Amino acid sequence: MSARDEILARVRGATSDIDTTPDDRGPVVVVDETSPGEAETLELFAENVADYRAQVVRVGPSGVAAAVAGALSDHGCRTVVVPSGLDPSWRAAAEGVARVLSDDEATTHLARDDVDAVVTASAVGVATTGTIVLDHRPDQGRRELTLVPDTHVCVIRADQVVHDVPESVARLRPGPEGARPLTWISGPSATSDIELERVEGVHGPRTLVVVLVESANG
Amino acid sequence: MSTTTPGPLQQTSATFVGMPTFPQAARAALANTQQRKNLRHATHTIRGKRERVVAEVPEWEALRVAGAEAKDEALTHLGDYLEQLEASLTSNGATVHWARDAQEANRIVLDIVRSKEVDEVVKVKSMVTQEIELNEALEAAGIHAWETDLAELIVQLGHDRPSHILVPAIHRNRSEIREIFLREMGTVGRPAPDDLTDDPARLAEAARLHLREKFLRAKVGVSGANFAVADTGTLVVVESEGNGRMCLTLPETLISVVGIEKVIPSWEDLAPMLQLLPRSSTGERMNPYTTMWTGVHEGDGPQEVHVVLLDNGRSHVLADRVGRQALRCIRCSACLNVCPVYERTGGHAYGSVYPGPIGAVLNPQLRGTASTIDKSLPYASSLCGACFDACPVRINIPELLVELRGQVVEQEGRTAESAAMRAAAWVLSDPKRLAGAQKAAATAGRVVGTRTVRSVPGLGAWTNARDLPTLPTESFRQWWARERGEDDR
Ligand code: SF4
Repeated sequence: MSARDEILARVRGATSDIDTTPDDRGPVVVVDETSPGEAETLELFAENVADYRAQVVRVGPSGVAAAVAGALSDHGCRTVVVPSGLDPSWRAAAEGVARVLSDDEATTHLARDDVDAVVTASAVGVATTGTIVLDHRPDQGRRELTLVPDTHVCVIRADQVVHDVPESVARLRPGPEGARPLTWISGPSATSDIELERVEGVHGPRTLVVVLVESANG
Repeated sequence: MSTTTPGPLQQTSATFVGMPTFPQAARAALANTQQRKNLRHATHTIRGKRERVVAEVPEWEALRVAGAEAKDEALTHLGDYLEQLEASLTSNGATVHWARDAQEANRIVLDIVRSKEVDEVVKVKSMVTQEIELNEALEAAGIHAWETDLAELIVQLGHDRPSHILVPAIHRNRSEIREIFLREMGTVGRPAPDDLTDDPARLAEAARLHLREKFLRAKVGVSGANFAVADTGTLVVVESEGNGRMCLTLPETLISVVGIEKVIPSWEDLAPMLQLLPRSSTGERMNPYTTMWTGVHEGDGPQEVHVVLLDNGRSHVLADRVGRQALRCIRCSACLNVCPVYERTGGHAYGSVYPGPIGAVLNPQLRGTASTIDKSLPYASSLCGACFDACPVRINIPELLVELRGQVVEQEGRTAESAAMRAAAWVLSDPKRLAGAQKAAATAGRVVGTRTVRSVPGLGAWTNARDLPTLPTESFRQWWARERGEDDR
């Protein structure tokens, strides 16, 4: 018998006492953490992101480019990679302060480990956990891009921020066009492996700047 | 001696067979005061953090139930969900392999690595690959397996074994780590800088540079998975440092070894799991990085993805109606951090990759109770119940320990433990003998004062592996007799 058939036979034998059918359990239990309102959700998101020692910059739609440029120059970034689908005005802002590489030029530089920063958009934000999720569409680039450089400047719109994890999971469910790879980021890379003392950045960006874009009236 | 039981049991490896039984190992660990200090600090710190973030979620109990339910749905219909997982993985471009035991899993991984003609792989921390001793199997075939989690790196460079699910190098302090880095890094790659201090930030920096060199040239990555979603074919790895992202993204080929109990039925079940795991594990609202991938993603990440579905004793655990709940375990390590026995003995005393309360249950379940260590493990607990309260998927560990003790006693009858139990029964069955034993114990209590007593007359070996609370200088019966003015003799 093949390993597959043998394992499946053992597993079926082991559960022969079960008389329910699969997926008989009714809808999956969702435990929400209810939001008092949109404004409160945004506040909580900003607070929780900052709690991980990530930097939060809150701007209106017209302020994004300046915020991106400011973050790059504040952290002394001289080379920056941008994904192919990034908003052209953000790219232009980055070009004002640093040497900009696009996604396809980046590979050898990433391999040589000589890119200082990356600028991306994002897919979803989660307020209760202070998390940003990237689904690596063209405005976020390949997974590698946000992993090797030391600084990640990440732009998220207020309407991308949901309140809790179940809401984010529901939004991210793979659609008919197929599943996307996902990276969930909650603060910069961190370790507590040495005497439980928190150290930022063993791998992955040590500096995370989150640019939160709120609408003009909000 | 290795068990020769045919059938689905996990084979006890030579390394673990050589491990002393829990009481012996625990006694040795108790003597190691540095370890006790580190462990106490670590478990208490994580415990406090965990309590704070759990308190932020008013519906925590409902979440625990949701988590347990998702795992139970998958486990009780595991055959169906495994087939669904295989189909969705395959349709997303992954190659699925099945492994009955450790040997078979190691052979599958080795064959893939060999076909890539490489002599090294990078690994993200994975308990299941420790369980099957994949690193040893690869080394034996001349392939270096580089552990990339900082703690695992410390353990590997220190020629050591991990002692905690979550903080494997919890038994090492900073100056020991500095010495290990200075001595060992250069022998396997980029050396540590000469002026390395024992500042944790400097040590982490040394690890970053040492490992980055390996990530950037590695062709093959090896991982486990925290969850495998049946309906979408998505695998999930939860981590903090980013070494996981490196291993899951940079190599051309990715091999993930996944225990069959890791499957969850649907995408929606990820919600309670991601709400429960980080809070229970590191006491964070969310861990810094979680990677989800579904087979091959064109132009992003490994273009060849292999998934090895491993049994290795799990179907045997599943057959036990009471015991199968142990397979819900999501390896958060909350039960370790609240366990008074673990806090004092550390992880090595359990003789397995699964330490602490869940290890005391899972190892004898997976391996059977033929070996001495597995016979002793169900006794490595005070049955205080803290592990059950902490467990995010409501595994009733104390209940399972009592069950297993019953099995051990039934099967053997002649172990130190059952002898101790018989002695206890002999003492407890006769009021006179009990009174005598209590008097003797009270005398001992007076003699040792406030020091901790490690053995009680009449209970002998049973108490050797744990600290008993200081004994009262007067037994309850003596007190009763004095207060009531009667003589109980
Ligand atoms: S038994 Fe429960 S508490 Fe212990 S590691 Fe597993 S899931 Fe966590």
